[in-house]
Amino acid sequence: MQYDVVIGLEVHAELKTQTKCFCSCKNTYGDLPNSNCCPVCMGLPGALPVLNKFAVEQTVRAGLALGFEINKQALFERKNYFYPDLAKAYQISQLEKPICINGHLKVFDKEIPINRIHLEEDAGKLVHKDNVSLVDYNRAGVPLIELVTDALKQPHIESADEAIEFLTKLRQIYIYAGVADCIVEKGQMRADVNVSLKPKGSSEFGTKVEMKNIMGFKAVHRAITYEIQRQKEILDEGGVIEQETRKWDNDKGESYTLRTKENSEDYRYFPDPDLLMVNIDQKDIDRIKDSMPILPAQLKEKFMNEYGLSEYDSDVLLADKEVCDFFIACLEDYFKPKTVANWVITEVLARQKLEGKILVSKENLVWIIKAVDDKKVQRLAAKDLLSDIWGTTLSAEEQARKKDILADLSTDFVLEVIEKVVKEKSGVVEQFKREKDPKILNFLVGQVMKETRGKANAQAVLQKLTDMLK
Amino acid sequence: MEILSLSALEIREKILTKKLSCQEVVKAFVEQIKKCQKYNAVLEIFDDVEEKAKEMDEKIGQGFKGKLAGVPIIIKDNILYEGKICSCSSKFLKDFVAPYNATVIEKVLAEGAIILGRANMDEFAMGSSTENSAFGVTHNPLDFDRVPGGSSGGSACAVALNMCPIALGTETGGSVRQPASYCGIYGLKPTYGRISRYGIVAFASSLDQVGIFSKTVEDNALMLEVIAGGDEHDSTSSQTAVDNYSCFENDCKYTIGIPKEIVQISQGMACQKNYQNFIDSLKKKGFAVKEISLDGISLCLPTYYILAPAEAASNLARFDGVKYTSRNKEAKTLQEIYKKSRSEGFGKEVKRRIMLGNYVLSAGLYDAYYKKAKAVQGKIISQFDKAFEQCDLIAMPTTIGEAFKIGSKPSNPIDTYKEDVFTVSANIAGVPSLSIPFGQGENGLPLGIQILAKKFDEKKIYSFANSFTKGEE
Repeated sequence: MQYDVVIGLEVHAELKTQTKCFCSCKNTYGDLPNSNCCPVCMGLPGALPVLNKFAVEQTVRAGLALGFEINKQALFERKNYFYPDLAKAYQISQLEKPICINGHLKVFDKEIPINRIHLEEDAGKLVHKDNVSLVDYNRAGVPLIELVTDALKQPHIESADEAIEFLTKLRQIYIYAGVADCIVEKGQMRADVNVSLKPKGSSEFGTKVEMKNIMGFKAVHRAITYEIQRQKEILDEGGVIEQETRKWDNDKGESYTLRTKENSEDYRYFPDPDLLMVNIDQKDIDRIKDSMPILPAQLKEKFMNEYGLSEYDSDVLLADKEVCDFFIACLEDYFKPKTVANWVITEVLARQKLEGKILVSKENLVWIIKAVDDKKVQRLAAKDLLSDIWGTTLSAEEQARKKDILADLSTDFVLEVIEKVVKEKSGVVEQFKREKDPKILNFLVGQVMKETRGKANAQAVLQKLTDMLK
Repeated sequence: MEILSLSALEIREKILTKKLSCQEVVKAFVEQIKKCQKYNAVLEIFDDVEEKAKEMDEKIGQGFKGKLAGVPIIIKDNILYEGKICSCSSKFLKDFVAPYNATVIEKVLAEGAIILGRANMDEFAMGSSTENSAFGVTHNPLDFDRVPGGSSGGSACAVALNMCPIALGTETGGSVRQPASYCGIYGLKPTYGRISRYGIVAFASSLDQVGIFSKTVEDNALMLEVIAGGDEHDSTSSQTAVDNYSCFENDCKYTIGIPKEIVQISQGMACQKNYQNFIDSLKKKGFAVKEISLDGISLCLPTYYILAPAEAASNLARFDGVKYTSRNKEAKTLQEIYKKSRSEGFGKEVKRRIMLGNYVLSAGLYDAYYKKAKAVQGKIISQFDKAFEQCDLIAMPTTIGEAFKIGSKPSNPIDTYKEDVFTVSANIAGVPSLSIPFGQGENGLPLGIQILAKKFDEKKIYSFANSFTKGEE
């Protein structure tokens, strides 16, 4: 039987802020356990939350970047449940009045409707050692935005590929807008996925199965693919899908039941009496809108229409903000978009992937590109030069001088070398005179270039040799 | 004996003029606390009081003139004082040492108060008799067989028995005014948001406020001056300017509203005659008395017993045996830690309210209970707003009668809840209310009349109380 797949996504991203959501503890990653904690984020008796206004601003920024309406009044509520990493035994979250409502994100050719983005606090982290469990509250209270797609509206996310494209795009937008770093390995972006199948063309939704906290986009893809297949098999055999929450085990490549509907939690949401209603002024919304950094979609248009880059090259550059920022910075010094893009994509990107970071200054790269364009350094020699200075404090120009690879275009110097080569390779010269094979000529050019250590201009050498050996 | 009966103002004056030293004062009150041990009002006398008193004498010698310079006070056991145990009279927190100061503590210390110790209370402030303390009942200062009221019964008893001139309590539904009434002293529940709640162990966050016990109106106003004000650690605290509460207005020809519904409710209650006496006395003293209507007032009690337990259920969920609360020794799994620790850690009344609170918040019942109660609260607030367009202050009984006997209200908790019928309205409406000692019941025990004002009108209440009692003397 044929089915329509409907996929819903809930995506959590940790906001980029100096301090936590409801206290003034640092919002950082990787510090000593329980070193960034205070009575508020540890949920000590008597402690009270005070809202971090910048976290609200960041949420608004995320919303505006995705075309959301901003609620002028937002409300914080308590989501009550017990878990050792949840210090107060409730999470401050938003249910009835989230900060952002009704947004959308373009995935391939579809505008996927998004229901909401709300602001909430992250929980701490459990660390299991031997037979004890420890809690690190450094992450407790870190501001988190949760985005929820809107499966009640068309079009839907219908495949694992679309889901991954959604997540990739979303991540890119969050990063470019400056709201979140979204480093998946650090758990800064986490996705819950729900999948339901219905007979092709049917307007009635099937039963939803949810999979929580899947780490990494590849795992999301595998989990969705697995779940679609699992449900298909059940339905094909005339079975019924249970409404449940499943846990994806990425090592085993399968999922298992975590909770069924009967024992689903009742979170007993109610407005947090410790916090006031948040009023968001149009003035603030306008200010955030005006200061919005340029977003990937706008940049792509610019790259293609103004800079004449191909769609592929534009996408490659945009995929990593560090690379993209570097590219744009280089253009400020040397506005040859296609040439610079080529260098960045072929040379810089490969090295950055390897080292995790761009380890060359834009000044040095621009010097190298210009030197090639001005025929001062041979292309191959230039690539070696880039390798030499990558990750060092060397200047490209000085290193080029030290290596003695700067072109010396004086006629005397080149002629001298050509004559030397012609004398040494007299056999080859004779052969060329007989056969007039351009390959032989190229060999001789190569010999000259080798002898000059790349300092000569190959084109000029070719011309000279052609003239001499007529 | 002379020291003990002094007011806080007098103590400060005598210390600043070197007629008394802070050390002498502290010694006298500490001795009194020890002498009154059988009342079980004070759970612990802090071991550093003599040292603090000595430091204070030195400081005063150097010219320090804080508003509470050298004044000894006692705090309810749910206010965090750094380095001291804060148990909320619960087994669960019996070893919990406060790692930071509540804002009110910072404020009283900055003005030179000496905190003598912590006072007994109903566990987590849930109760009206201090019988719900895990550390034994506190006795009424005037009749040993009776309760002092609650939940701040220890604080009230301490002031009434001259263990200190001023004590801090907390209110959620009458926990300061009711014991003040039972013990024959003044008890203020200020406007919601007037005093920071930071460092007060929360019961019901939208209703909780720190309250003040004193033997005189002046002392009460003085303390409010010190601890009132906005606090960056409490978003619900108000930035409204703090009045000079202790500078009473001389000419207070206030109109006092008498809600006809209250008159009706009090029919047949022990407080009825006293209430009538008070109204007569008002008239005699030349105050304008006006009948007003607060027709939603009877809904305050049910509203309170939905909102308060709901918030309490959530606020007390953090006491889970995982972190600082005592953990059951036999618990092996996470579920067992929660279940066993909470089962043995909390007392019966606290458990009852947690269950009630979770019930009214649960899926499918939220709209019928919590949401409806919130809507009713909105109506009650607007009725009070309207009432205060017709009068300056509202007077009503604080309690239905005199202090009841220890152990006399065991079986049906609803009967005990009904004790709060007059007090909860001020909490639901968020308005200030001061219980002033007035009259006696048939057993010769004190009764109280509470004076309510519109939000942030505490100064009017104090001015009235001052002028009313002056005439009484």
